[in-house]
Amino acid sequence: MSPKSVLLWTMQAAVFWLVLFVPQLIVFLLVSNPPTWELVLMIATLVVGIVHTAVEPSWRYRVHRWETTPDAVYTLSGWLNQEWRVAPVSRIQTIDTKRGPFQQLLGLSTVTVTTASAAGPVEIEGLEHEVAQRLVVELTNTTQATPGDAT
Amino acid sequence: MNAEVPAGLPAAPEFTEPLQEWHRLHVRMLVVRPLNEGIAMLVPILVLLFTGNGEKWRLIASGATVAAILAFSYLIWRTTKYRITDDQVELHTGLLTRKQLAVPRDRIRTVDLTSKPGHRIFGLSAVRIGTGQQDVPGTDGLTLDAVTQQEAERLRLLLLRKGVATRPAQTAEGVDAEPVPAPESEVISQLDLKWLKFAPLSLSGLVAIGAVFGVLSNYADDLGLHPVQDLWEWLFENPSLALFAGFLIVLAVVGLILSIPLYILQFWNYKLTREPDGTLRVQRGLLTTRSVSVEEQRLRGVDIQEPLLVRAGKGAKLAAVTTGLGSKGESNLLLPPAPLSVAHEVSRDVLKVDNDPTTLTLRKHPFAALRRSMFRHVMPWAVIAVGLAIFAPSWAWPIPVAIIPFAALVGWDNYRSLGNALDERYLVTRNNSLVRSTVALQRTGIIGWRIHRSFFQRRSGLVTIGATTAAGAGVYHVTDVGEADGLALADEAVPDLLRPFLINESSVEDQAERNV
Repeated sequence: MSPKSVLLWTMQAAVFWLVLFVPQLIVFLLVSNPPTWELVLMIATLVVGIVHTAVEPSWRYRVHRWETTPDAVYTLSGWLNQEWRVAPVSRIQTIDTKRGPFQQLLGLSTVTVTTASAAGPVEIEGLEHEVAQRLVVELTNTTQATPGDAT
Repeated sequence: MNAEVPAGLPAAPEFTEPLQEWHRLHVRMLVVRPLNEGIAMLVPILVLLFTGNGEKWRLIASGATVAAILAFSYLIWRTTKYRITDDQVELHTGLLTRKQLAVPRDRIRTVDLTSKPGHRIFGLSAVRIGTGQQDVPGTDGLTLDAVTQQEAERLRLLLLRKGVATRPAQTAEGVDAEPVPAPESEVISQLDLKWLKFAPLSLSGLVAIGAVFGVLSNYADDLGLHPVQDLWEWLFENPSLALFAGFLIVLAVVGLILSIPLYILQFWNYKLTREPDGTLRVQRGLLTTRSVSVEEQRLRGVDIQEPLLVRAGKGAKLAAVTTGLGSKGESNLLLPPAPLSVAHEVSRDVLKVDNDPTTLTLRKHPFAALRRSMFRHVMPWAVIAVGLAIFAPSWAWPIPVAIIPFAALVGWDNYRSLGNALDERYLVTRNNSLVRSTVALQRTGIIGWRIHRSFFQRRSGLVTIGATTAAGAGVYHVTDVGEADGLALADEAVPDLLRPFLINESSVEDQAERNV
């Protein structure tokens, strides 16, 4: 996992909380006589937002792991709630790469490995472009060597 | 106005494709589709016709609606065609958006024949073909709606035949002409009228009342009446406990009475058979008949479902865990609500095992799971009670408080339900209280793991193990199992998949704990 993912998650969290906070601020400033609960809600949003933005990305970075072997793809993700996902290489159906706007900015990619189960996609977030490309090629090669449709 | 469009489209490729002929859906669909779909429009049309004083525009509007329905069904018929080649089933359909669907024949897992009353009058049947792909909600797979019942039967045999014949090529060629021989099939289970006692317990009557009520109030709204709202207002002005209780009793009685004809309607002529072509076939229905065929090789397990009241009456229903079945209309149902012992027998026969895996003694989950189950069931009501106490009139908050004991009971029962077991071929897991579900999942059908630990689960040393599979719900959970037990279970169920990581996990975990 690239250390840059911390920055990515920080940006994502910051944007999320700004979207919640800014409209409240505008309303608060425009309304002539704002009620107290509005102020309380606004301050609460600000405090929770700052704490979350400060803590979550680095916590998440400490938790997140990924690994591939010739037999399986494995990820550990989350922070408060954590989830391990394992998918055997022999059951892989598709391998996708995607880059969001922030990820493009930082040169990161997400590799998604899907199996025949609708519930079992394994997402590897925050990989450097080259690492992601190498991973995709590697997985594609091992998958092609395995017959069957894995349903 | 759209009638010209199909005529202007490029000619259908009948002549360029030498493989197999294109077929149209049956011409009787011109009548059947308006019958099936027009019934929903019948009430508005009648209302439109008879509410006024016979003004001219009302006649014209209803005439136009009927004409539009007829034109629509004609266009669908004109623009839809299908064929079955050696390798795939192809369906071309759509008027403004042309859709071309092709399903490789070796990927066909299920064939579902449904005849609604309109279909049956004209001897037709809709054919739905399911593949290994998991259904996206809202899509219907490949559906031929509709062909004659003989053609449907022929397709069913033809499309699933490769289960025994290695190469369907020869059979596909000559099959047009030769009549289908009546094959021997082995009956696994058949409707027993004694099962009717489970009909009232399944609460289907209440559900039906709800549905009918919804439709009726919709129409009432169209007419400018608001009976529900009026009733509520009236109740607020004249609150009466007796009236409320009386209403509940009437509802319960009508529900009970309705549930029996409903059971008959859905499950009349129910028969589960094993066909010689290696498929399991469920036939059922009084007015709308269904026949669902599932390729046996693709059956990944069974799910014994026990809704609370049915469970109290020692009953259960059985569903298949398989690929290629939509969730619509209980198409995965193998056995309607019936005695539990029958469900176990059917499950044993379907899975071809000596002992039904769902009868295994399940390992209990740790005490911490009880705490979590209680918390999860009681907490929401407590929060609602507090919220109402602060923000609502004073009569409101005792209602959620009164519910809490029941919620606690459900929480306790939910914990009692939890359990898991493993035998040579199946992973068994049991979940939930209101509809208790015991799933036996083939170990070879497991294609990955999702191991989830929430913040609170980590504190009490629990994990929820999700076995992902291509079949059924996609993932089946072993909820709130002890950490070591759960990982051992997953490791044992699918050897070598998790093991390389188990060592890593413990070290990662130590590290994470230290860091946190």
